[in-house]
Amino acid sequence: MAMATAHPETRAIARWQDFLQLLKPRVMSLVIFTALTGLVCAPERINPILAAVAVLCIAVGAGASASLNMWYDADIDAKMRRTRGRPVPSGKVQGADALALGVVLSLFSVMLMGMALNWLAAGLLAFTIVFYAVVYTMWLKRWTAQNIVIGGLAGALPPVIGWAAATGSTPLNAWLLCAIIFMWTPPHFWALSLYTSEDYAKAGVPMMPVVKGAASTRLQILVYSLLLIPVCVAPAFTGLGGVGYLAVSGLGGLVFLLLAWRLYRSRAGEAADPRNDDGLYDVRTGARDARNLFAFSILYLALLFATLLAEHLMGATPLELFR
Amino acid sequence: MSDPNRENDAAARARRGRNIAIALGLVAFVILVYVVTVVRMGASVATRPF
Repeated sequence: MAMATAHPETRAIARWQDFLQLLKPRVMSLVIFTALTGLVCAPERINPILAAVAVLCIAVGAGASASLNMWYDADIDAKMRRTRGRPVPSGKVQGADALALGVVLSLFSVMLMGMALNWLAAGLLAFTIVFYAVVYTMWLKRWTAQNIVIGGLAGALPPVIGWAAATGSTPLNAWLLCAIIFMWTPPHFWALSLYTSEDYAKAGVPMMPVVKGAASTRLQILVYSLLLIPVCVAPAFTGLGGVGYLAVSGLGGLVFLLLAWRLYRSRAGEAADPRNDDGLYDVRTGARDARNLFAFSILYLALLFATLLAEHLMGATPLELFR
Repeated sequence: MSDPNRENDAAARARRGRNIAIALGLVAFVILVYVVTVVRMGASVATRPF
């Protein structure tokens, strides 16, 4: 749990930029992107000001849950190279302040969403925050190797919230967007964890490579990739995506599978080369395939949502969707 | 030896920056609620019974 890591008299006064870091702005930008896609793909148009407020609420809600995560995980973060510079473990911000910021922003985002848009969207936003901050952060992350599989639901819900904000309902196509991110999360994170597993092991986080080993992780990445591609292509057959989306999801899916297959055949996560171990993202010989899949997974998801967004903004697809 | 007054200046600057950020956040929130209220009530105000 969060602990003060510096003496009060020696600790620097936190700047507003340190509090901004608590909200994980980069993750927030991804959430904005997927939520906006859900909102635009929804078959009903809402006032653009209200649409902007909906996206703001989802972004602030994501920032709030990130702040709660950093408050609770300060002890883990302090042990990992990737996270030890975060505001709480580095002593720039007190844990209690991160907790307060998270709680206040959670209440702000949920209440505003309910009053400005509708209470279904507000309820889903509240569920997402609680699921990430409590179910994932406080329970799953330290308990099971399936942590990011189940916890991935929190990252997958923003497009559903966006859709609900626009229509007051969550039809099949909204959940399809959720399913894409949900199924994408395991191969994405496990590819990363294959070359950062030492950090996770040091912090006592039961990531898949730490618990089941690299070979099992590579196999599971391949299996999840095989399951992911049909889900990614499916919107082209439910009226959500058009021809462009079919091409992007299909061709990109083939590349994804190829990279997952190469990773499966590699020794990523096993061969630690001490001659090349001076940075977190330095690629060891066996881990190059893991990095390739990790990098492409980000590009693939971005392309899928960008294509949907572009098609709907241009009106290229009929909007007779499930309602 | 470091000058303790300089550290106080840095702390004061950080605190001032935080105060300004909170003030801007509160003003933005007030404007946001005002605009949302106008948008949400817009149609109803025009057609309300007298």
